[in-house]
Amino acid sequence: MSAQPFRAPNGGRIDRRRPLRFTFDGVEYGGFHGDTLASALVANGVNLVGRSFKYHRPRGILSAGVEEPNALVQLGAGARTEPNIRATQVELADGLVAHSQNRWPSLRFDAGAVNGFFSPLLPAGFYNKTFKWPPAWWLGYEFFIRRMAGLGRAPAAADPDSYTRRFAHCDVLVVGGGAAGLAAARAAAHGGAKVFLLEQDFCFGGALLANGAEINGAAAADWVDGEVDFLNGEAGVTLLARTTAFGVYDDNLICAGQKLGGGELSGADKTKKPRQRLWWIRARRVVLCSGALERPPAFPGNDTPGVMLAGAAVTYARRFAALAGENAVVFTNNDSAYAAIPALHEAGGTVAMVVDSREGGAGAFAAALAEQRGVTVRRGAVVTAVRGGRRVRGAVVDGTAVDCDLLCVSGGWNPTVHLFSQAQGRLRYDDGIAAFVPAGGADNLTVAGAATGEFGTARCIAAGAHAGTAAAAAVRGVRVTVHDVATVTVTGDLCASMEPIAALWTVDGGRGKAFVDFQNDVTAADIALAHREGYSKVEHLKRYTTLGMGTDQGRTSGVTGAAIMAGLCGRTVGAGGVTTFRPPFTAVTLGAIAGTGRGADFMPLRRSPLHDWHVNNGAVMINVDLWQRARFYPRDGETMMQAVNREARHVREKVGLVDVSTLGKICIHGRGAGVFLERVYINKWTTLRAGRCRYGLMLREDGFVLDDGTTTRIGGGEYYMTTTTARAAEVLAHLEFYAQTVWPELQVHLASVTDQWAALALAGPLAREVLAAAADAGAVDNNALPFMGYAEAAVDGCPVRLFRITFSGERAYEVHTPAGHAEAVWSRLLAAGAGFGIAPYGTEAMNVLRIEKGHVTGAELDGTTLAADLGFAAMQKTDGDFVGKRSLERPAFAEPRMELVGLVADGKKPIARGAQLIDRPGRPAQAAMAGHVTSACYSPNLNKEIALALLRGGRGLHGKKMFAASPLSGASTPVTVTAPVFIDPQGARARG
Amino acid sequence: MLLIKCPHCGARAQTEFSYGGDATRERPAPAAVTAEEWLDYVYLRDNPRGPHLEWWHHAAGCRRWFKLRRDTATHKFVP
Repeated sequence: MSAQPFRAPNGGRIDRRRPLRFTFDGVEYGGFHGDTLASALVANGVNLVGRSFKYHRPRGILSAGVEEPNALVQLGAGARTEPNIRATQVELADGLVAHSQNRWPSLRFDAGAVNGFFSPLLPAGFYNKTFKWPPAWWLGYEFFIRRMAGLGRAPAAADPDSYTRRFAHCDVLVVGGGAAGLAAARAAAHGGAKVFLLEQDFCFGGALLANGAEINGAAAADWVDGEVDFLNGEAGVTLLARTTAFGVYDDNLICAGQKLGGGELSGADKTKKPRQRLWWIRARRVVLCSGALERPPAFPGNDTPGVMLAGAAVTYARRFAALAGENAVVFTNNDSAYAAIPALHEAGGTVAMVVDSREGGAGAFAAALAEQRGVTVRRGAVVTAVRGGRRVRGAVVDGTAVDCDLLCVSGGWNPTVHLFSQAQGRLRYDDGIAAFVPAGGADNLTVAGAATGEFGTARCIAAGAHAGTAAAAAVRGVRVTVHDVATVTVTGDLCASMEPIAALWTVDGGRGKAFVDFQNDVTAADIALAHREGYSKVEHLKRYTTLGMGTDQGRTSGVTGAAIMAGLCGRTVGAGGVTTFRPPFTAVTLGAIAGTGRGADFMPLRRSPLHDWHVNNGAVMINVDLWQRARFYPRDGETMMQAVNREARHVREKVGLVDVSTLGKICIHGRGAGVFLERVYINKWTTLRAGRCRYGLMLREDGFVLDDGTTTRIGGGEYYMTTTTARAAEVLAHLEFYAQTVWPELQVHLASVTDQWAALALAGPLAREVLAAAADAGAVDNNALPFMGYAEAAVDGCPVRLFRITFSGERAYEVHTPAGHAEAVWSRLLAAGAGFGIAPYGTEAMNVLRIEKGHVTGAELDGTTLAADLGFAAMQKTDGDFVGKRSLERPAFAEPRMELVGLVADGKKPIARGAQLIDRPGRPAQAAMAGHVTSACYSPNLNKEIALALLRGGRGLHGKKMFAASPLSGASTPVTVTAPVFIDPQGARARG
Repeated sequence: MLLIKCPHCGARAQTEFSYGGDATRERPAPAAVTAEEWLDYVYLRDNPRGPHLEWWHHAAGCRRWFKLRRDTATHKFVP
């Protein structure tokens, strides 16, 4: 293990008894438990961590947190690799493997850096302007652009880890576990609220972890430990570390991603536990204590590795005992950066100079920090250039180079208002801190602490406590006393005040690139170009220059860019505003969003109560929407075609049994149920007697067919409706709408009983004999159970409903039984039918049989067909209203329509489903399309290729020779147009 | 995701509901209206910014259709 040369001998919130090993670009380094990947790299003196997106410039670690634009790494390898992970947020784990990104062949020597020399040719909008023409060249451009301008690489293999989701409700949700957030959580709990506290870091404490202050006489970090211990002991408080609240949605739904198992990639590997959890938390009140993020000023060379936000340098020094540089220059426009002086000195470094852009210099407290350490302060000065390539060697101040290996910068702090803005909160530009602050407008969401632009530990704690108290009081509807936590004593606070700040967005006059957006390589000059070219609105600026469009979403650059543009336009920063903040705040792994809903669990799976029987008896299953259905039952050596032909022939010649449990089934009750059916179906229903079934067709209000099915009057006001499998849910919602809102006076009640009833169809010339042998039903002859009749009976003691209805066109009975009896009834029917040669058949044979009979399904009921198009004109009643009737008067419906016809192939060539009907052979595009094939099959009973089709004016074209041309295969089949019923047009088989 | 107050079940997540659109139109008696009025009922809907009376169906709950007034600009339900 290497020696960690930049690790201070003492201090830091790291556990030196728990050393860890990790590799970065193949080199092994050491770190400690409690490190981030970035802090361990700092401790090892690794400063060059990446190459920039466009110019491939060397880049170092800029920050210590979520705002990091540069230090993006590829974590892990193989299927578990994760690209574009901020090293500043990676909790170090033993054996962690990380690689830098966007460099080739190596980080130190990157061929893409040649872009930097050509940078005058690569201004903002370069891609938009250059790669547009000629359009056909785009594919070639894209190949090179993607190689050059890549970030990390997505894993190619499926994600082997699992992810979970949890739903929760709470009274008060506190986002951010820093000074304000801890106080808010404690105060809200004190007020009796059920509290959630979310912290994205693996440690609570936020800025307090790096603040040298004492709270109530104890080190700030120790105060944090005490508060966390207390909250952990509270029954009504849930503390979640490693959990980023990334989105605020309507009515205070907070979505948060929680990393599980400790380090980024370690735990899940070993334990098979989920890797991440997605929380959906509905909170009655939200207290946003999301703190503030420091921003760098734009000055020439400000992207050189070794330029670091001052607050980050303090964090590395105090929280991680890692020294980002031995000899620093501080460049600031506010007091907060002076905290780097004691922090770096205590960690073993020195500060050579403070360059303070303010003519008046620092406030008294900050000035004293410099004076105590004898640090030179240059007031009213700026850094105009940075010496060094892959590492800072010096800062040029007023033309003189000051040697340093670390340049700590601060251009002020932006309150983290992202979630507040997502909640529709309004922002206001505050000149006092030169930043945007919340200005109301978010419902049931308050902001406290540094996120409001209020700085200083004592003030943040007090603000948090008051916000937590107010939230608890609002939820409980009572007055609640503010907890004592609001009145802590803080001494030695290094970031008590930001003021007086002097806005410093960019340094003019220097040579070299002054970066605003480090991740997307947007410079102050690019913003000026956008201004010259008219893209001066902030949203245009963003899209034209890509400012703020990187994975860091402009956390260090957005306000600065907007402010530079405001200056160019001569408008105030507040008038220009900032771009809209949208979820997610930070990237969310797709696996976490998918959760358990992937693979076989992507959609719910519906199974017939006979599913096991089908599987155990060799059925080939097929997914139909959410259902799994038996497709066919192959016997020894049979192909699918052979099995389907055998099954379909068998039904016409003997008897078959098919599982139709997937049919939608709706129980209809009520005094006015008959009238209701009269109004939702196109045909007569009030005449239906008890014990009889009727086929019905229902329309949408626009006149097109919605669905078909049979409804049976069980008795009195009780009806039993079946719908097609595919439309069951839609039909129920449609009927409920009319029953509840249009004709509530009919007092009709509807209930889906699809899953409660199994349905079997017994079909074939011998069906009656089988039923008679199986059912204790008395007579099932044509008098007792005629065509479209209904009876109740029992099979082996199981109650069954018998419906004399047919889909195949054969003599057939639908046998419905409570789902739990399905297998008993099915088996009994098969046993009773054994002597008659009964055979089960699947959905393929069922489809062949219904095409032979010309029965329509979803393929024909495609939302564009009228009842008349399908040959049901005579069924439509002329008296009384029904849904969709008035729309049939549309003049357009009087024009020639696509009508249902049959097709018979002239020869052995199959007819392709979806084929277009044309007058001469060839490809569809070469001839006018007159219609299309909706269903097609080989008919084993006719020994012909047949089809159903919708053909313009088709009923007048029977006998016409046409061609069914597939737009996919190009195959063209000669066909003859026929009536759509191929077998038994008189219905003698069904009725006999 | 909205929190929707079903009049029968109380406040539930939006995922339990399906949207039914404009609830200001009453289905006219077909015989009593002109073709234009029927066309208006079947096809034409306003898309107002601001308060809008809407149908909601508690599809994964009590299966009741009910009306709520929602401000389309703020997503807030209003009386």
